[in-house]
Amino acid sequence: MSEELINILASVVANATPLVIASIGETITERVGVTNLSLDGSIILSAMVGFVAALVSGSPILGIFAAMLVGAFVALIIAVADIELRQDQVAIGFILTLLCADLAQFLGNSYSRVPGPQILSTPIPILSTIPIVGTIFFNQSVLVYISYILVFGTWYYLFRTRQGLALRAVGERPETAFARGTSVNRLRYLYTGVGGALVGLAGASYSLSVKAGWATPPNMAGDGWIALAIVIFGGWHPFRVVLGAYLFAGLRSLSSVIQRSPDLNIPVVLLNGVPWVLMIVTLLLVSSGAIERLLKLLPRPVQKWSRNFLRSDPPAALGTRFETE
Amino acid sequence: MNTQSTPVRIGLALLPIIVSLLITSLLIIAVGSDPRAVFEKVWEGALRDSRSFSGVVNFWIPFALAGIGLIVTFTAGLWNIGVEGQIMMGAVFATAVALNWKLPPLLLVPAELLAAMVGGALWASIVGVLKIRLGVHEIFGGVALNALANVVSIFLISGPWQPPEGGSARGTPQFTTDALLPSFSPDFEVSLLALFILAIIFVAVFFALRGTRWGLQLKATGKNARSALLLGVPTERTALSALIVCGMVAGIAGSYRILSPNGYGNLRPLVSGGIGFLALLVVLLVSMRVLWVPLVTMIFAAILSGSTRLKIAFGLDASLAGVLQETLVLVVLLFNGLRGRLERRRQTAIASENIQSITSNPSETVSVEAAAHE
Repeated sequence: MSEELINILASVVANATPLVIASIGETITERVGVTNLSLDGSIILSAMVGFVAALVSGSPILGIFAAMLVGAFVALIIAVADIELRQDQVAIGFILTLLCADLAQFLGNSYSRVPGPQILSTPIPILSTIPIVGTIFFNQSVLVYISYILVFGTWYYLFRTRQGLALRAVGERPETAFARGTSVNRLRYLYTGVGGALVGLAGASYSLSVKAGWATPPNMAGDGWIALAIVIFGGWHPFRVVLGAYLFAGLRSLSSVIQRSPDLNIPVVLLNGVPWVLMIVTLLLVSSGAIERLLKLLPRPVQKWSRNFLRSDPPAALGTRFETE
Repeated sequence: MNTQSTPVRIGLALLPIIVSLLITSLLIIAVGSDPRAVFEKVWEGALRDSRSFSGVVNFWIPFALAGIGLIVTFTAGLWNIGVEGQIMMGAVFATAVALNWKLPPLLLVPAELLAAMVGGALWASIVGVLKIRLGVHEIFGGVALNALANVVSIFLISGPWQPPEGGSARGTPQFTTDALLPSFSPDFEVSLLALFILAIIFVAVFFALRGTRWGLQLKATGKNARSALLLGVPTERTALSALIVCGMVAGIAGSYRILSPNGYGNLRPLVSGGIGFLALLVVLLVSMRVLWVPLVTMIFAAILSGSTRLKIAFGLDASLAGVLQETLVLVVLLFNGLRGRLERRRQTAIASENIQSITSNPSETVSVEAAAHE
């Protein structure tokens, strides 16, 4: 493999990381039955807060925590509005999308394009010396490593622990979960908050690493919607979600490579449309059942092993309210 | 059951407004400005004289149009986030006519408006086909098509439609005055034709939703699509028609952004200025009652139009107007929820009191049943 290609793949992994983190967070939230539609705004707001907190305190770690707090807070507004106040999750989420984005622009106005701290890459000692793979996956920033742990951790938690089973039960059949003694709404608060904190972490990984700094208009605008689409593409399964995020980032960087080639005379403007066409195409793949048919071409034993991986139905109780009366 | 007196009810309605003003004031203080001076500036910017008020009205016309269009899609149970792109495509199609067609002045403006309706309807029907035939939720289809409408308009502005003096992404050449909507008077630069169109669309939507078969089908589809289908409502066609109607109205809104007497006078990037998203918020705020749309959009338009000079006056970002409006809508919805919750509490308290009084007095069994039915 040429060095250039390896470098491109390494940058794909780096660029995909915020998408991975955000869509894993949203996967957790939706698995418990709540839709956090505010992603596009809450990523922007937490990116701004994370950057400013890191800049003022001089500590990127504090910045990350501040961003996670913001993400969790926004998500919990949706949970409270839904569970206690019986308001529509989609409506509240949409209002918060706009509010958070405007709030970030308004409050972060004076920090626009100010140089600030940045999380640099730290190669992992032995792993990073593996040819090809080492450069692509293990010569990255800490946030990228965190995203690996998150993906495997979330998969293990969801499908291999009792708590994970309860989480999924609440998202699929809350009545049954309640009858078995699970406190449905408490779990919804908990995992909506956890998912929101991860969305905040995704915001910080933009402003402290991938697209370091803060600028108005924010340069990660739109990616929240992409992350929401990746969750659907990923069938609410961490591994397929991460696959979707890498695929997406890969195609995005491929399109910019094609655009740069001198033989093809494609205007730069049209490049901005590529992610959105990709988004519709990925959703079409899911809704037409094409992905499921493709996955069924896998050998039978693998299919059996990956039954969860193959699903593309949303959690049965997604977006529905649970009341004990 | 409404037992509250009028002053209490007015107070409860004002409370969310006061709360959101307080929140916004705190935010203004947080960035080191004086809230009172800022609000005064907004007020002044909107309503100082007839000239600034005509600015508000010019903001209001497309904004109210978008809101009225969205009432139709919301009634059909659709989240038409794509309205923003439909507004943009309306402007793009109107521009195509304004720049390229050689028509007598009397025909040019109607041709532009028709083209705008086609553009908006086209973009809306893509969302509709994606949703109805291909199973892509209208929120995602809409978000993607908003971005694509923006790409299309910037591509045209920086490519085929760039001004002869050279390429920039700032805008197309200025339209001729024949292509623009005529102004009412030099002091009040508002198009009477546009006001007339707005009034007609408002009345048409009001009555269509209230007393026509189509309006009934929209409501049935929005309330419960599955049972509507079982009752013989062609839900897919109804949903698609709602989107197309909204797209046409949004298209006119988009064309007004560029054709209004003191408007841009050419096509620019992000021509909608976010009025589509704000119109969605307005429809949520008035819980889909079309009668309230003109008034509420007028208030929002005044805030928006008044805050355009905040950047020059205080160095504040113009997003403040959005922050104020979005906070208001959020707080209102949360308050509604809170009131509903308190009401439910009260009901259960009354119910349990009734049950106690009945268990001590068995002769009142009949009234228990009545209470239970309530």
